Amino acid sequence: MKSPAILFAIFAFCSVAQPQQIVVGSKRFTESYVLGEIARIALQKAGFTVQHKEGMGGTIILWQALRGSDIQLYPEYTGTITEEILKTKQPLSTDGMRGLLRQEGVGMTGELGFNNTYALVMRRDRAAKLGIRKISDLRNHPELNIGLTLEFLGRRDGWAPLSTRYGLQMQNVRGIDHALGYAALANGSIDLKDAYSTDAKIEENNLIVLEDDLHFFPQYKAVFLYRLDLDSRAVAALEKLAGTIDEARMRHLNSEAERTKDYTFAAALYFGQKYVSPSNNLIGKIGRWTLRHLELVGASLFLGIIVGIPLGIRASRPGPVSNFILATTSVIQTIPSLALLALLVPIPFFGISPVTAIFALFLYSLLPIVRNTATGLQEIPTAVRESAAALGLEPQAQLWKVFFPLASRTILAGVKTSAIIDVGTATLAALIGVGGLGEPIISGLNLNDYSTILQGAIPAALLALLVQFFFDGLDRVFVPKGLRLKQ
Amino acid sequence: MIELESVSKKFGAMIALHETDLSIEAGRTTVLIGPSGCGKSTILRLIIGLLEPTTGTIRIEGQRVSASSVLALRRRIGYVIQEGGLFAHLTAAQNVLLMAKHLNQPAGQMQTRLRELCELTHLPENALTRYPVELSGGQRQRVSLMRALMLQPNVLLLDEPLGALDPMVRARLQDDLKEIFERLQQTTVLVTHDMAEAGFFANLIVLLNEGRVVQSGTLDDLRNRPASTFVSDFLHAQRGLAAI
Repeated sequence: MKSPAILFAIFAFCSVAQPQQIVVGSKRFTESYVLGEIARIALQKAGFTVQHKEGMGGTIILWQALRGSDIQLYPEYTGTITEEILKTKQPLSTDGMRGLLRQEGVGMTGELGFNNTYALVMRRDRAAKLGIRKISDLRNHPELNIGLTLEFLGRRDGWAPLSTRYGLQMQNVRGIDHALGYAALANGSIDLKDAYSTDAKIEENNLIVLEDDLHFFPQYKAVFLYRLDLDSRAVAALEKLAGTIDEARMRHLNSEAERTKDYTFAAALYFGQKYVSPSNNLIGKIGRWTLRHLELVGASLFLGIIVGIPLGIRASRPGPVSNFILATTSVIQTIPSLALLALLVPIPFFGISPVTAIFALFLYSLLPIVRNTATGLQEIPTAVRESAAALGLEPQAQLWKVFFPLASRTILAGVKTSAIIDVGTATLAALIGVGGLGEPIISGLNLNDYSTILQGAIPAALLALLVQFFFDGLDRVFVPKGLRLKQ
Repeated sequence: MIELESVSKKFGAMIALHETDLSIEAGRTTVLIGPSGCGKSTILRLIIGLLEPTTGTIRIEGQRVSASSVLALRRRIGYVIQEGGLFAHLTAAQNVLLMAKHLNQPAGQMQTRLRELCELTHLPENALTRYPVELSGGQRQRVSLMRALMLQPNVLLLDEPLGALDPMVRARLQDDLKEIFERLQQTTVLVTHDMAEAGFFANLIVLLNEGRVVQSGTLDDLRNRPASTFVSDFLHAQRGLAAI
């Protein structure tokens, strides 16, 4: 098999190293975007070349990216550091935290000022009607519909220990995306969700924060985590930000970011700058996203074809190797795309880069190509198979001159399925900051802004249709005429 | 010409052909006949190397059929099967010429041979540009025969070539086929389950049952001097035979 070597060569070609540049990461919510932008501007003012990879994912992805040197810093919260990253049993002092992080090669700046702890929020009118003010009041209302972020549901300082502490026995609890949860609260499909205490939406949506009367939630003071190999002048520039943002200021910046749909604008407000928004050329932006999307789909599909077809040819012969190939490609298909990305990011070669997205998409494109190639070849009747052999054609010639053209329609259908799956799945590349049409979808989801979501969703749907037409056209080129005739 | 020496074939525990010695004469038409599963097709597939014998050796013109010789031998053998085995993605002409093109024969020579074969098999030349789905069942078998004869093989093997055709087409093709056999004077082995067809074509009939040769001879030998009750039973079962 030559394929793995080719694969490697292509990946090596794709991954263009960018040394001497500081990369700031951020999580997928407004405040993290804004803090990331603030760090970017502060470091730029200190004379560094800085890139901000916005909304890369949750804690685990960001932490792995930091450890793997894909990013040099990102904003984090002290509660998350103790509970999710260091996983210590007892609360830590700031110095204790610094010591443990140091062992991982990571430094922590001073606290920025505000405490963004978790909070449970309800619509003000609904809470008043039910007479709920405190979390302990929920004990009398086990029937309430609760929609929690998956992160809060799974956290060690999240829903389950909170329920134990307060003795809650809520009956209707489900997971829902953070941004969508606000829409669900507004239209009454849920009564209660988790939020952050500096969340701009609390004011905007006229929500109330339930009092944490048993003091369950730990402190979530914002800090920056950075790699210890970061330039000391950069660290100094970050330290200057410490103690400069209180809760009111953060809530204001968050609300401005959401109002204007522009994180850079909100971050510029922090520095008191006049900020000129980049040309808001929608067509140009969609063009760029679409182009990147096509790059991701094209590269992964190309790899899928050059690896999948030989695998499919091998899998068309009966035996344990074929079973292994088909089983493996099927199992890959069942891995949720978010989990696959999270698994790939910590691997040194991949990290937060287009290569990771392309590789993940390539893995997803394999099954339809491999299975259709194998099926297409197996479906050739024995009589035809034996006729080709009986003519005296060598096995290679049998494959290329007879079997392959006969199976071409099925194989092409597999490639088409892969292409359409890729167009849909490639939107997830935006989760690791690689761009594509997923970028407006995800940022729109985080901003709760449907027009931004549609800027990505409509072109993505059109692209899928276009791919469909394109392959229907290819049918005429690749499928021999004799197979397209009706009897 | 074609020699089978102690040849047998097993599929797992199932014996398709017991140890058999068989000699097929050059330049004559030999018909293998018998009920389904008697081993007649197995012999054909052993000769062309689609199956490997469990025991024994097969020689064609003195050359042993083996993994190393099979490719060259197959190019000197024409093989026609019941469904024609035509390649659906190629036109009739492309099917016939596939192997010649693969061997880089000169274009002029290929076209001449193609015309000859059309004339020989009575295939209208305008059918050459059609794809298999556009041909009738009889035309498909004629194209299949042309493909088998393209490289001027020394041996022609036909496995129930007329089995899938309706009676009128079948009768016409039988006449044509007989004429072709007489013109070519080629070593031909034909498999059928129809005794009338066997009698019509054969210089020698080999009757098989349950993987063994029961009797070989002319139709007259089988009818008048049956080697066992099976032979007379088999002949009786073929209605209308008395007319031949």
